[in-house]
Amino acid sequence: MKMTDIDIKSLIKNRKKTDLQTMISMFLIKFFTYSIVAVLFLILGKIVYEGSAVINRQFLTSAPQNNMTEGGIGPAIFGTLVVVFLMILFAVPVGIFAAIYMSEYAKDNVFNRILRVTVNNLAGVPSIVFGLFGLGFFVLFIGRGYDSIFGAGLFLGKPAMLWASATLAILVLPTIIVSSIEALRAVPRNQRIASLGLGASKWQTIKNVVLPQARPGILTGVILSISRGAGETAPLLFLGCAFFLPQLPVGYLDLGLFSIPMINPAEQFMYLSYHIFILATQSTNPTITMPIQYGTTMVLISIVILLNLTAVIFRYKFRQTMNEIKRV
Amino acid sequence: MRKVKIKVNELSVFFNFLQALNRVSIEIYGNKVTAIIGPSGCGKTSFLRTINRMNELIIGFRKKGEVLIDNINIYNNNIDVVNLRRLVGMVFQSSNLFPKSIYENLAFAPKIHGIKDQKIIDELIEETCTKAAIWEEIKDRLEVNALTLSAGQQQRLCIARALTIQPDILLMDEPASMLDPISTAKIEELIFDLKKKYTIIVVTHNMQQAARISDFTAFFYLGQLVEYDKTTKLFTNPSNKQTEDYLTGRFG
Amino acid sequence: MERVNDLNKSPYAKSKSKKTLLKERIIKYFFTINSLVVIIIFTLIFVFLLQEGLKALDVIAIKDFVYKTVFENGEEGKLYQWYPTSEQPRFSLIPLILGSLLISIPATLISTVFGISVGIYLSEIASIKTREFLKPIIEIFAGIPTVVLGFFMLVVVASIFQDIFNPVNRLNAFLASIGLSFIIIPIISSLTEDAFNAVPKEIRMASYALGASKFQTVFRVLIPTAMSGLSASIILGFGRAIGETMIVLMASGNAAELSFELFRSARTMTATIAAELGEVSQDSAHYFALFFIGLVLFVITFILNMVAELILNRMRNKINY
Repeated sequence: MKMTDIDIKSLIKNRKKTDLQTMISMFLIKFFTYSIVAVLFLILGKIVYEGSAVINRQFLTSAPQNNMTEGGIGPAIFGTLVVVFLMILFAVPVGIFAAIYMSEYAKDNVFNRILRVTVNNLAGVPSIVFGLFGLGFFVLFIGRGYDSIFGAGLFLGKPAMLWASATLAILVLPTIIVSSIEALRAVPRNQRIASLGLGASKWQTIKNVVLPQARPGILTGVILSISRGAGETAPLLFLGCAFFLPQLPVGYLDLGLFSIPMINPAEQFMYLSYHIFILATQSTNPTITMPIQYGTTMVLISIVILLNLTAVIFRYKFRQTMNEIKRV
Repeated sequence: MRKVKIKVNELSVFFNFLQALNRVSIEIYGNKVTAIIGPSGCGKTSFLRTINRMNELIIGFRKKGEVLIDNINIYNNNIDVVNLRRLVGMVFQSSNLFPKSIYENLAFAPKIHGIKDQKIIDELIEETCTKAAIWEEIKDRLEVNALTLSAGQQQRLCIARALTIQPDILLMDEPASMLDPISTAKIEELIFDLKKKYTIIVVTHNMQQAARISDFTAFFYLGQLVEYDKTTKLFTNPSNKQTEDYLTGRFG
Repeated sequence: MERVNDLNKSPYAKSKSKKTLLKERIIKYFFTINSLVVIIIFTLIFVFLLQEGLKALDVIAIKDFVYKTVFENGEEGKLYQWYPTSEQPRFSLIPLILGSLLISIPATLISTVFGISVGIYLSEIASIKTREFLKPIIEIFAGIPTVVLGFFMLVVVASIFQDIFNPVNRLNAFLASIGLSFIIIPIISSLTEDAFNAVPKEIRMASYALGASKFQTVFRVLIPTAMSGLSASIILGFGRAIGETMIVLMASGNAAELSFELFRSARTMTATIAAELGEVSQDSAHYFALFFIGLVLFVITFILNMVAELILNRMRNKINY
């Protein structure tokens, strides 16, 4: 009946019988994990090694020259900044407000469940489908519709920065919502109860207690969505990304006496990620432009990693503060 | 004739910079029930978990001093922790059954310790469940998910599961604190039966329970062993002022 | 009694007036409307794809999305081809769907092995210090733009592959699979970690207290307990693989052939949309066919997401004590 005799002497380890299973499986798991890390550093290393040879101030500011084989990527950086800026303008308010509803107001009812499922599904829609939607809905339906109703000629009914950023805004919306909800939920319940107990209304509680504490966490989501938007390519392929634009998409707002330079969101634009794609696959001579490709890649990846690292640090600090509050 | 089963010498335990136990020395006797009482945060659980080295799973654990079971220092380098934990079974505060069938819960330990013979496993299960006074309630539904049992049944199943490793020593960390009075009574009865075969250490914050079930009682306060004596002596005539204050409800 | 009078005079007396309650309600509706926007957008995407995609069925017979019947030398034959721009356009989706599967299935398999390993390592094995160092690294990996990975596969890995495997085409399905797995590994690993973290600490304790080794605890207790979470992560990873565009567009070679070979070029549904939508005239059969592909993609990923969601819900109910 005894399964094996264990007496006190069996406590002494039999070195031959050390747990081989554990050792092998742990080794494999470690090996797989660190090989991923190694691959990441290989990719980054190669890009930095090749890219840093090209990058200088002139590369970052000037326009492509000589049939794209020389010059810099200034317009692409400019385009990326503008489009991402507009994207944030569209996405952040809606995203945060929706998150506030979902975390603070929503009860466990059908509407809220549908909402949650919708956000998850929106996050799972392939990015290229957003491109289809952007082209079909924004450009052709809304843009063309506007043009024909107001007789604006061809003003908004063409791929342009405005539509690119609107499409990206939809794409990053789930990112913002999910991380904002996480940030709001991280604020301990006792903080809300304390505020409500002092007679504050729900909105006063949200405005004065919850939101200030959740702010760093929400910011993390915004930063992540910026990084996501800056790196995205597929939906922009038909939303006004240009191979080469000789001039920045800047128009002059004429005010009679003087005119103010304004970014014209109805124009086409250059985009860093698209620039990499197009130079690597569609240009006449990919080999000659190789250094520029690496340079562009390094610029893009630096922006994205810098943003991601900032987000990581923000979140780390945020969690620490929340833990401290909870402990008190 | 009392036999010393576990001997603890000058044991101090730290978690990061927090000291949980301060130079505890105690001798625990075989085939007796030893109760450990004290206010929460006094180091009861930490002490219990040093005996089967479960504390090591907690990050930041350090210890000084030694723990001897049958005169072998269980913190020696050549000790196999897996075998140690087969010798020292443990029952936790809240039942922690695996979300699997009753049978799989009970067969888990025999299987991982290399018993392949189905018949032996089945016999072992019946034997331990009978000891844990739960066999009659579950024998017809071993394939049912264990989490469908009532809380009291779950806890007795946990005890049965701990017995499947056929330990010498059974550690119980407030085994009845989450249960209703009837289930509690059953568990206490069970503990009384089990001491014929096992050395049992029970952590409890219920002093009446300690008085009912234990032969010896140790009172811990602020990480120190304040008093350790026969239960009857300690409860009727404590020699330490702090013990008396605690027993009479002046703090804790 | 006097106190009540005092209260009425105090500055707090008016704090819960009707005006405040109205304001509170308006604010609540404002937030509700904003979350409604999310549902509207999602519905709009679906309705729009449906509308444009189903127009394709007016011009192209459903059968033609599968194969085209041709007569050659008096014999009838079926052509499973995607040649939308030829004089006799052929719209078979079979090579595209096959291409998508040929690339995403191996990618998902590779990612499952690596992703689950990373997840286990981070949640069960690594020390806190290691975890705090590794987690950001994996997150950075997840953040690398897909175009960068496509570029890297195209200019660096393709040449290495050519030397090692001597593939039929320099750019091929396997190359794209590897590229894809870079983005799916982080997805699977982080969801694996979540699934493991959802397993209550007490269950680990029970296993160790019964004398189980780390291997036994991980493989016999944690993995079975977290199984639904793991399968959901794999399904979500697969959905992401099917929907990814840039890496496959740059690394797969994009030949729409009916092929089962990993080392031949292949073309996915996503890459087809990406490559062709820019050059197609609006309201042509080809244009609607591309929307139809978009609809298919949308529906596939939607179903995969819902399945994963259901599995995760079931797990939450199961582990909940």
